[in-house]
Amino acid sequence: MSAEGVTRTRRWARVWALAARDLRIVRGSSAVMIPLVVVPLVFLVLLPVGVGLAARFGGQAIGQASNLVALLERTPLPVAAQLAGLEPAAQMLVLVLAYLMAPMFLVLPLMVASVIAADSFAGEKERKTLEALLYTPTRDVELFGAKLLVAMVPAVAVSWAGLALYSLVADLVAYPYLHRVLLPDALWLVLVLWVAPAVAGLGLGITVLVSARVRSFQEAYQIGGVVVLPIIAVVAGQAAGVVYLDAVAALVVGAALFAVDAALFAVGLRSFSRDALASRV
Amino acid sequence: MPDGRFPMSEIALTTRRLGRTFGTGDRAVRALEGLELEVRRGEVFGLLGHNGAGKTTTVRLLNGVLKPTTGSATVLGLDPQVDGPALRERSGVLTETPALDERLEARETLALFGRIFGLGARAAADRAAALLRDFGLEDRADEPVAAFSKGMKQRLALARTLVHEPELIFLDEPTEGLDPVAAREVHELVRTMTRQQGRTVVLCTHNLVEAQRLCDRVAVLQRGAMVALGTPAELARRLQRGRRVRFTVAVERAAEALAALRAAVGGDAAIDLHAGEDAGTLHLDGAGPEGVAAAVAALVAAEVPVHAVVPQEPSLEDAYFALVERPAEGTVAP
Ligand SMILES: Nc1ncnc2c1ncn2[C@@H]1O[C@H](COP(=O)(O)OP(=O)(O)OP(=O)(O)O)[C@@H](O)[C@H]1O
Ligand SMILES: [Mg+2]
Repeated sequence: MSAEGVTRTRRWARVWALAARDLRIVRGSSAVMIPLVVVPLVFLVLLPVGVGLAARFGGQAIGQASNLVALLERTPLPVAAQLAGLEPAAQMLVLVLAYLMAPMFLVLPLMVASVIAADSFAGEKERKTLEALLYTPTRDVELFGAKLLVAMVPAVAVSWAGLALYSLVADLVAYPYLHRVLLPDALWLVLVLWVAPAVAGLGLGITVLVSARVRSFQEAYQIGGVVVLPIIAVVAGQAAGVVYLDAVAALVVGAALFAVDAALFAVGLRSFSRDALASRV
Repeated sequence: MPDGRFPMSEIALTTRRLGRTFGTGDRAVRALEGLELEVRRGEVFGLLGHNGAGKTTTVRLLNGVLKPTTGSATVLGLDPQVDGPALRERSGVLTETPALDERLEARETLALFGRIFGLGARAAADRAAALLRDFGLEDRADEPVAAFSKGMKQRLALARTLVHEPELIFLDEPTEGLDPVAAREVHELVRTMTRQQGRTVVLCTHNLVEAQRLCDRVAVLQRGAMVALGTPAELARRLQRGRRVRFTVAVERAAEALAALRAAVGGDAAIDLHAGEDAGTLHLDGAGPEGVAAAVAALVAAEVPVHAVVPQEPSLEDAYFALVERPAEGTVAP
């Protein structure tokens, strides 16, 4: 290996060692681990099962529920075509499980990245443990990169594993009505493989910036939590029929988010210099 | 004796007009100004000063953690600004607060830092085990740090400082808040580091007894400026001409004793005589052996009962208070 190659290997070894430390510390916090377990469980299992139960036992009522009828009428053509000819309960299942839940799912990577970043940036500041790391041979960018990894990798892993689990549950729920596999479809694949990492980066980037200005994990987590609002807006817009999400739109949104992420990370890295960090300790 | 582990070239670090100012304009704080230092290899060098004197700022500058606003430093032959990572592979810092993660276990703490310093998994585990043994933490090695006493935390932090076998060690107030037993343990460890292992130690402290006991040389800092430099004994002597001898006499005869002594040695301008803080103690400064003999003879002749005649080493504490004006709201530990 060339000398440069050796240096690069050592630098990566260092980043992984830093990340291993951060990950170990994150795992030790119930304030982090509880939402990390509970929220996916709610989104991936309880919600689809709940929708399935509603379809089974409330089919008639759903058919008559005026707001669903109204929503179906406003639903854009491609989705409407998918729904044509189905009984009301099946229509509701497809609409909710495959369409309305899609942007909701993004809350998952966002939450995972934000809560971990809040602990590893603001939490570390609160616990005053960062100073010991400043006296290690790491470079500023390595310290920063390790912290990004520790938030990004679990966020992406949770969303990808979550897609598999959610698809399984949703298909089990919907198969008796549809007699075909509902998920994953193109929209979901794009959302989870492409938009989810971008959204995780958004949550991470915002939390990093917030963390530099607050004193505690809790503050960072709460203020950083406002990033969830755009997602809620999309969900609401969809339900109101003003926003229509498809795979192509998701591709574009993902690309735009990645650009925003890059800008946030660049600003974040600037505030993460040793000199600035030591001046704040 | 040093075991020759590290190269014995003479100079560990030098600074040239090193300074750092925080903030700008009206709110600018000059934490350090124009520091000129030279620390030799294998010595324990003390940075002595009270709160806000600039000790921690100096340590940060010397490790490339803070950027200087003026001047420069050369540490182990490297410029901390340019070669910070390479320098920090060879220097170790015990920070003012131990900065230990309470969620980690002692063994994990050391092993994880070993990895960060570039050791492989096996090597890091072995090193952690060896340090836990050396620092008497083996029994509690697999407990989270949160359960540790202050003294144990400090020992663990000290062990962490040595994970990568640094040749230059900075200890920022290493015995702050420790009980006397724990403090003595730390002192022993510092001696081992230098005397047996040949490491260079820069010790920040406002504990004058500690500085006098441990340091080969000390620099006294005050509000960011160096006001004195030398061995503890030199500094103390510079401010006290010669030795002090303390006489203790019967309290009710103190005035009489003072008069007798004054008559005996008063003619010599080099000798200073004054009453001590306690009734019945008298201090004689700068008298040679003959002066002391004359003083004792005078007291005997005056038939004053003499309870004790004790020669006293000049103390760094006296020197320090003479050098440094007391802080307005002082917390200078004796
Ligand atoms: N980040 C910072 N921003 C502003 N002022 C600072 C900063 N860091 C240090 N100072 C100031 O610089 C001066 C020196 O601080 P420093 O921490 O080096 O002192 P010290 O000798 O270590 O004191 P102590 O015994 O309290 O630890 C102090 O007046 C301090 O308030
Ligand atoms: Mg300090």
